[in-house]
Amino acid sequence: MSTLEIKNLHVSVDTEDGAKEILRGVDLTINSGEIHAIMGPNGSGKSTLAYSIAGHPKYDVTDGEVLLDGQNVLELSVDERARAGLFLAMQYPVEVPGVSVANFLRTAKTAIDGEAPKLRTWVKDVNAALERVTLDPAFAQRSVNEGFSGGEKKRHEIAQLELLNPKFAVLDETDSGLDIDALKVVSDGVNRYSGQGDRGVLLITHYTRILRYIEPDFVHVFVAGRLAETGGRELADELEASGYDKYVKAAAV
Amino acid sequence: MAGAAADAVENLPVLDHVESHLHPEPSYDVAAHPVPTGLEEIWRFTPLKRLRGLLEGAPSDAHLAWEQQLPEGVTLTEISTEEAQALAVSAPLDRLGALAAANAGGAVLLDVPADLVVDEPIRLTLRGTASSDTVWGHVVIRVGLHAKATVLVDHVGSAAYDAFTQVVVSDGAQLDLVTVNDWDDDAVHAEQVNIRVGRDATVRAFEFTLGGDLVRTSTNVDYAGPGGSADLLGVYFADAGQHIEHRLFADHTAPRTRSNVLYKGALQGQDAHTVWIGNVLIRKVAEAIETFEQNDNLVLTDGARADSVPNLEIETGDIAGAGHASTTGRFDDQHLFYLQSRGVPEDEARRLVVHGFFNDIIRRIGIPDVQERLVTAVEHELADV
Repeated sequence: MSTLEIKNLHVSVDTEDGAKEILRGVDLTINSGEIHAIMGPNGSGKSTLAYSIAGHPKYDVTDGEVLLDGQNVLELSVDERARAGLFLAMQYPVEVPGVSVANFLRTAKTAIDGEAPKLRTWVKDVNAALERVTLDPAFAQRSVNEGFSGGEKKRHEIAQLELLNPKFAVLDETDSGLDIDALKVVSDGVNRYSGQGDRGVLLITHYTRILRYIEPDFVHVFVAGRLAETGGRELADELEASGYDKYVKAAAV
Repeated sequence: MAGAAADAVENLPVLDHVESHLHPEPSYDVAAHPVPTGLEEIWRFTPLKRLRGLLEGAPSDAHLAWEQQLPEGVTLTEISTEEAQALAVSAPLDRLGALAAANAGGAVLLDVPADLVVDEPIRLTLRGTASSDTVWGHVVIRVGLHAKATVLVDHVGSAAYDAFTQVVVSDGAQLDLVTVNDWDDDAVHAEQVNIRVGRDATVRAFEFTLGGDLVRTSTNVDYAGPGGSADLLGVYFADAGQHIEHRLFADHTAPRTRSNVLYKGALQGQDAHTVWIGNVLIRKVAEAIETFEQNDNLVLTDGARADSVPNLEIETGDIAGAGHASTTGRFDDQHLFYLQSRGVPEDEARRLVVHGFFNDIIRRIGIPDVQERLVTAVEHELADV
């Protein structure tokens, strides 16, 4: 049983006009076994929340804490956070030329586990993980994300999620840009991961579509850098019908 | 000995003279290449004082120690300077090339006869035995009609070495030429490699420069007929105080020929200096050719300097493709963030990115032990960061 607690998180970015506050006091607690969906309009700060948890250097945390089982991960480097059990599936996975997927996955797995995976089973595990997200095992020999289609990149993120099996996964718009078949493949992967029972998911999305395949325990509306409303699945249905206008107007007052 | 030229590709048709400061007139006559002042376009990046007197051309009998592994059918013989000059390959384009040919007192000819397909690499190790030696070298590599070979030229040890190398790739032949410049820290190495690509012939020239105080190589390619293809691929790693200069020139002298230049370098340490010059000339006769040249530099520390100059001169309107690109920068933070977000510590992430940067070229070499050696060498260099 693990807990990820986000407390009063304030985050700024540098702009030409000086620091601009993007997150304005986010409070959210996720327990293992739970799926939290965060929904919000463009520019509300959803991705900033995801990247701040992962530790991207572009984002400057000005106040608050992110506690993983009581430890403030904001004091850790990016790789230490990952080794502590956090995973970020990125909206735009990065291409790393010349580094093969196989080498990348083995290096990451070794870093996360603190020891090299057993060679005999590892190759099988990688191939199986790729096949589960309908990527040909030949992808293992290609450079990380280089020349992958948008859908292939997202499926590759989910294959990593399953292989590295972190305590908590933050999925940043993993559903955007996917056709319906790829969306099902990705959703199946998230459900397998979550179905282990002791893993937590923070699912950030702009659309309700993915919630037809992934059943959230909580749905949060994210507007203007903080949570505006929390509910269950019915909140997503309401957003589907009426959109974000109500919340955006309220936040602007 | 007329035989020296028997398998060679034809001489070029008489080409229009092209007035350009980028590529002087070729000549074996040393006097045709004046002593540089250092201001000339082709010399302005080179610290002439560190050439240890090579430009003065003092005679010397010193040699590099040669070791060779020759597969059956491949021969290594000595020929006279005159026989070498009779070969259908461009004459020296600068003073260092002309001096090497004039002072070497003959050339060493590596000959792969027509139709011979050699699977195992031909290995030549050229070892400098004393850094105080001045050594003039003249090497000829000839791959006969429809022959196929991989040649490794491995430079190790130390000397002040100036060489002129002629490479004849006859019609329909295929050559992989892999040159490794793995000198000791105090070596000086100047070399001009002139390659003539026959009709429908293919050459891939790899060049890896790791060691030496000063290395300045010029690789010049032209084409004896249509359909020739040349890939010029290089990797270099400059440490504090090292000057590494690679000059490439693809002279499209025939139609439907292809050139592709890709050099990648990393620099670290105070006054590490690299120079990459990529010249391409597309002559009037060279219709429907394709060329691309690219140089990427990864600057790992402060105090290092990378000069990168692509030049493209076009004299015909009918081109299949022509382009160039040059990048010089530090680590891409996005690469590091992505790898670190998967738990990989920062130093290991950097190592992966640098390996990835170079592997793009290293993986293309057809000699597994050289691949491994270069990967290890890069690893070794990075340990010093």
